Amino acid sequence: MSESIYYFLQQIANGLTIGSTYALIAIGYTMVYGIIGMINFAHGEVYMIGTYVAFIALAGLSMLGIDNPFLLIGIALAVSIVVASAYGFSIERVAYRPLRSSKRLIALISAIGMSIFLQNYIRLAQGSRDIAMPSMIKGGFLFGSPEGSHIMISYMQVIIMVTTVLCMVGLTLFITRSRMGRACRACAQDIGMTNLLGINSNNVIAVTFIIGASLAAVAGMLLGLYYGVVNPYIGFIAGLKAFTAAVLGGIGSIPGAMLGGLILGVSESLTGGYLTAEYKDVVAFSLLILILLFMPQGILGKPEVEKI
Amino acid sequence: MTKNLLTVKDLTMRFGGLLAVNGVNLEVGEKQIVSVIGPNGAGKTTVFNCVSGFYIPSSGSVMFQGKELRGKPGHLIAREGMVRTFQNVRLFKEMTVIENLLVAQHIHAEHNMLKGFFMTPGFKNREQELMDRAAHWLERVGLIEFANREAGNLAYGQQRRLEIARCMVTEPKLLMLDEPAAGLNPNETKALDELIVQLRDEQGISILLIEHDMGLVMGISDQIYVVNQGEPLAEGTPAEIQGNPEVIKAYLGEE
Repeated sequence: MSESIYYFLQQIANGLTIGSTYALIAIGYTMVYGIIGMINFAHGEVYMIGTYVAFIALAGLSMLGIDNPFLLIGIALAVSIVVASAYGFSIERVAYRPLRSSKRLIALISAIGMSIFLQNYIRLAQGSRDIAMPSMIKGGFLFGSPEGSHIMISYMQVIIMVTTVLCMVGLTLFITRSRMGRACRACAQDIGMTNLLGINSNNVIAVTFIIGASLAAVAGMLLGLYYGVVNPYIGFIAGLKAFTAAVLGGIGSIPGAMLGGLILGVSESLTGGYLTAEYKDVVAFSLLILILLFMPQGILGKPEVEKI
Repeated sequence: MTKNLLTVKDLTMRFGGLLAVNGVNLEVGEKQIVSVIGPNGAGKTTVFNCVSGFYIPSSGSVMFQGKELRGKPGHLIAREGMVRTFQNVRLFKEMTVIENLLVAQHIHAEHNMLKGFFMTPGFKNREQELMDRAAHWLERVGLIEFANREAGNLAYGQQRRLEIARCMVTEPKLLMLDEPAAGLNPNETKALDELIVQLRDEQGISILLIEHDMGLVMGISDQIYVVNQGEPLAEGTPAEIQGNPEVIKAYLGEE
């Protein structure tokens, strides 16, 4: 195989890694939109908080003398999920539920306010400078000749992709098989009717926020370890990217969010690899504009039907 | 006279300056079929929406089995044993027929997610119960062969029957049907007519009905309430209503 094919495959692998984390975050946007029809702009901050909590947990656990990386990552992931879920739940309770019956624009402004609040609260609590974490998992798989052309897939990339796949499978099983998942789907179709059948839709909405926040925390931890750095502003851009991914795939559709994340990640990575890394955000958001212009319902979304 | 299941008193609903329902009273006894009729735009559906918790009435009281339900959220009203259908069928169209019935049994379901996760025998038994009840009602309304079809793909008459089955799996005491015969052909209407009577006789539930189809209403109702322009006009047995000059005037206009 020639050099250029190796190079191309390397870009694809990098793109899939980033893309799968976008997909994890995008699911939070798409599920919430699917049920209550609003964009939770504070979702990116939940992702950011997930990263911080994971870093704090990792530092704390290392101080306790735990040095098995898998144990460390496992516990930190669990802590991060629990804390982020609590944030997701509280955000909905405080900032959105009281506005449920008001106009969408009002809830949207509340979401932006919540996002600014969380960002600044973390900035005050943790400082606005980058916090770095030494990479815990080194090495990777090498395909091709080490001296010549090769593809390098780090163990961290493998962990990210495997964890994402596990989360997606878990979520799909939950949505299609479990009773709560059934109730979630019913709420997404007709929340008023679901209520009249005796299901407390407030609980279903709370569960949706908790699931979204958990997946964002998983993405936060994984990307934090991958890049090795966190600051209070990472939530904003990651949130926008994941939102783009959700719109790309069709907002409201869970498989759409997965697909949208991967497409966005790969297209960014190809831009970085063949044009220049500075343009990758330009490409991401151009994609968003093009999708909104020519395919407003996204790839797997359904055309908007006015709900009665 | 049996004791009352539902007693609605002085129900009033305002939308801004518009008085949509004014001082409507309703009484539904146990094992009774009670109908609300009236010309188009008379406020029948608004009455329904107020009683079922879809709207919060401006004033009046909705007593169900001795409990005040006015202003209670819809899901609590359903748990008390009162469910309804809509004039325009509101199924979960992208879910399968059987799933529509399983969702409706959420109140009866086991909520311990851990048990569900580990698939304990108790959980499986409960899940089986839900399935059995769903299958029973599908058989009852003749939709068992469509169990795995998407609900939105059923024919209109089938969707109406599925909606009734979906109400019945919640094991209600009062079933509220909003124009169940709308859009049905005469054969389907006749089958529906039989089904409603059977529900009362076999399941021992009461049914509150809004209907345009006079044949259906007169044939099966124990008691009829007539509403005109949001106000109560008359009440009585089918025979009394048929002979009431006020009602004839409201329906046909003055001679």
